[in-house]
Amino acid sequence: MSRSDVLVSAEWVQENLDAPKVVVVEVDEDTAAYDKNHIRNAVRIDWKKDLQDPVRRDFVDQAGFEALLSAKGIANDDTVVLYGGNNNWFASYAFWYFKLYGHSDVRLLDGGRKKWELDSRELVKGEDVPERAATEYRAQPQDASIRAFRDDVIAAIGSKNLVDVRSPDEFSGRLLAPAHLPQEQSQRPGHVPSARNIPWSKNANDDGTFKSDEDLKALYESENVDLSKDTIAYCRIGERSALTWFVLHQLLGQTNVKNYDGSWTEYGSLVGVPIELGAN
Amino acid sequence: MTRDGEPVNGYVRLLDEGGEFTAEVPTSATGQFRFFAAPGTWTLRALVPGATVDRVVAATRGSVAEVAIAV
Repeated sequence: MSRSDVLVSAEWVQENLDAPKVVVVEVDEDTAAYDKNHIRNAVRIDWKKDLQDPVRRDFVDQAGFEALLSAKGIANDDTVVLYGGNNNWFASYAFWYFKLYGHSDVRLLDGGRKKWELDSRELVKGEDVPERAATEYRAQPQDASIRAFRDDVIAAIGSKNLVDVRSPDEFSGRLLAPAHLPQEQSQRPGHVPSARNIPWSKNANDDGTFKSDEDLKALYESENVDLSKDTIAYCRIGERSALTWFVLHQLLGQTNVKNYDGSWTEYGSLVGVPIELGAN
Repeated sequence: MTRDGEPVNGYVRLLDEGGEFTAEVPTSATGQFRFFAAPGTWTLRALVPGATVDRVVAATRGSVAEVAIAV
């Protein structure tokens, strides 16, 4: 696998907007952003409404994912190109999610919506929604090798790499969530003992594109992450850590990397687990 | 945020005293942005098509620091 297999430039997307087997999908933290404008021919996936079980805290199941992609007109052999705002946080989350259910060819638009806008590329009005014929999508069972659960995290303390990608203020326990989001969810602040704090933002340039493979490898090595060991990445709800998972697993080719989507909103509410406060 | 006196759309990043990323927002339709920042010295980095402009701002408790950025 190479960077070009999973990451495409804005130029590439521009040239392939009308390609019959390429489906551009917007997945945004602000789920209403698509209604304002979006890339021509892009369909929307709502990370809350479409990707979460409506009752319990978990993802939609395999049949639910099949129904979603079928209704969106996405086929198993389509090349899916994901993009979104906020430096591709939720597009990365969707990338990981597509891989969880075994979609073979999924890619990220490098830099996401921000890069597209900074390039002054065309955006169409919200009501300009493409019509795509329904498909009969077939998903694979969830790939357990890329998803971590709370017991995996507890077992990893002091033995595997734990990468906390939240901001330093969240890691140290001064905040429970990013400053621009509601301060709710977990019962306790702090981080998982032995975790290294490497904020997601260190993976990206100002325009939202990813740094070079060389720079990314140097970043994790300089932060004492032994890339020969298994790694679990986490954040608050698993979206920023999906971006770091993308870097480690897809760009740097590390095979044993999991994303913990329960993340701090789950771990920080567990009874009896160890928590540390303060900076690295 | 303006360009040639007219509101411009883009993004504004908030960087801490060490130059590390803290937050980022898109500007409103009228080119406005807002951060809630702790007291201290911050850098605002405006990103618009074809330009990047930095402004240093001091935040103090209980007051609004208004920063006009021409790009």
